[in-house]
Amino acid sequence: MSAPAPALAPPSGGSPRRKAGLGPRQKAERREAIALVIPALLPIIVFSMIPLLAGVYLGFTNATLARNAEIEFIGFDNFVQLAQDKQFWDSFGIGLVWAGSVAALTGMSAIALALLLNSKLRFKSLTRIIVLIPWAMPPVVTGILWRMIYDVNSGPLNAALGWFGIDKVNWLGDFSTALPAVIVVGIWSGLPQTTVLLLAGMQSIPGELHEAAALDGANGARRFWHVTLPGLAPVLIAITSIDFIWNFNDFGIVYVLTEGGPGGRTMIPPLFTYLEAFRNREIGYASAMGDVLVLAILLILSIYLVNQFRQNKEGRS
Amino acid sequence: MNTNMKTPLPVTVLQYLALGGFLLFLGFPVLWIVSASFKSSAELNSLSANLIPNEWVFTNFTTALERQNLLSSAGNSFLVAVSTMVIAVIVTLPMSYALARLRGKLRAAGTVWILATQVFPQILIIIPLFLVLRTLMLNDTLLGLILVYVTFTLPFTLWMMQGYVAAVPRELEDAGSMDGASRFKVLVHIVFPLLRPGLMATAMFTFVSAWNEFFLALVLLQSPELFTLPITLRAFLGAEGQTQLGPLAAGAVLATIPSLIVFSFLQKKLTGGMLAGAVKG
Repeated sequence: MSAPAPALAPPSGGSPRRKAGLGPRQKAERREAIALVIPALLPIIVFSMIPLLAGVYLGFTNATLARNAEIEFIGFDNFVQLAQDKQFWDSFGIGLVWAGSVAALTGMSAIALALLLNSKLRFKSLTRIIVLIPWAMPPVVTGILWRMIYDVNSGPLNAALGWFGIDKVNWLGDFSTALPAVIVVGIWSGLPQTTVLLLAGMQSIPGELHEAAALDGANGARRFWHVTLPGLAPVLIAITSIDFIWNFNDFGIVYVLTEGGPGGRTMIPPLFTYLEAFRNREIGYASAMGDVLVLAILLILSIYLVNQFRQNKEGRS
Repeated sequence: MNTNMKTPLPVTVLQYLALGGFLLFLGFPVLWIVSASFKSSAELNSLSANLIPNEWVFTNFTTALERQNLLSSAGNSFLVAVSTMVIAVIVTLPMSYALARLRGKLRAAGTVWILATQVFPQILIIIPLFLVLRTLMLNDTLLGLILVYVTFTLPFTLWMMQGYVAAVPRELEDAGSMDGASRFKVLVHIVFPLLRPGLMATAMFTFVSAWNEFFLALVLLQSPELFTLPITLRAFLGAEGQTQLGPLAAGAVLATIPSLIVFSFLQKKLTGGMLAGAVKG
């Protein structure tokens, strides 16, 4: 795994490079390339590519976690069964609401916060420090922290509501509030990174554009609408897409907050799949769920991206 | 912004209100858990929004460190995070050079793989990964976990590092080989030193990722003595519940500190790296 010294090329003079045919030189270059790539390629193949392909394949089998179990190819049986699995599709819908809300609301809040950080206000350095903490925090700690905030009997949220005479709410335990409460935590933990990236995007918009717009008499809001937002669009589209995927595939925060409860109201698909695979030990069926999730992400993403880029083009012409 | 127009006062007031709202939203929960780690259990179990503890209690930290093998879990986490960091740097460096400089099929395949890993849910990969590790006798070992962490951070580190490599002028390398140095020498003496900022970012990123990671550790580790910090903290939550809120908060605060320190150095480089990767991506 260490330095790829042995296979590297011998010292070469100032001879013309690359174009000479299939000489020993080219062979040496090939060996060189292999030596550079092998240390990373090996783990990638063993721990990423093989599992990835095997994962897709397992969805078409009846595999279970039991040792020495016979694994049989059963075609689309899992998918047929899955199509009628109401619990899975409920979970799928919850996943869409969760990931979609978190991505959209994080994107909007991040634009607002980035605009504030990009203007002449005080406390910006304080904000920048505070923004780091949720970003760096281990997801498990985020979960623990918000369980304390939401706690029915000792949480500061209910205490603050009490000042206004509002009754205690069981935020994470109530059917109607659990999913929104979890979504707020998703936003909290994703907001810093999205904001910093958007801020970088904003600062790369040439200042002259703003000055020109200001000279034409455009006020702040109009400059935002006609200069900042169009300039930011590519970054914004990329970030919200990535946020969506990450949250759709995310597991840790919701697991620690609610474990999918109450009554499955926050049972996002990765959590549902995890329980199927490692609690019910039905890894074939669970993999089929995973396959459906991949397809869904690709589909949603392509629709979203095609739409966004089309709008962008129309907006520009 | 960079115009000379004066912002009207009401707008400024609104801006400060909005900024204050964001600060409250982002900052209050953090302050709350820090304050909870200094509160007595009686105060923790009462309904209040007091940030300043009525009486400062320091036993939460000692209790946390004594119980639930938090300290040995922290040791496991540290070992895993440092090993992941070292191996990831060693492995990323040559591969990112190859990705940036040797064009062609490798580069295309690398890009496809990097994108694929971002779209595929970990849950789909982890089931067969569990089987692969079982076959290699690496399941329920820290070594297995380390190798998996290295692999799972590679998409990002490779993407970021190849941006840094692409920024090194080719002429420097050509000049080196003109002087008769081998490719290897050129890499070690000319290219790698210029990549130091990128390598630092890679090292810090992999450390924080491994230190914070929860899901893979949850599935791949079964023996309690191998548990990493997030797993132990989570178990703490399940087993002890309300009564141990203080020590739990203390443990959670302690677990965040290493990430926070590394991350405060990392953050600028990370966003820089994302952009660097994007330029040549």
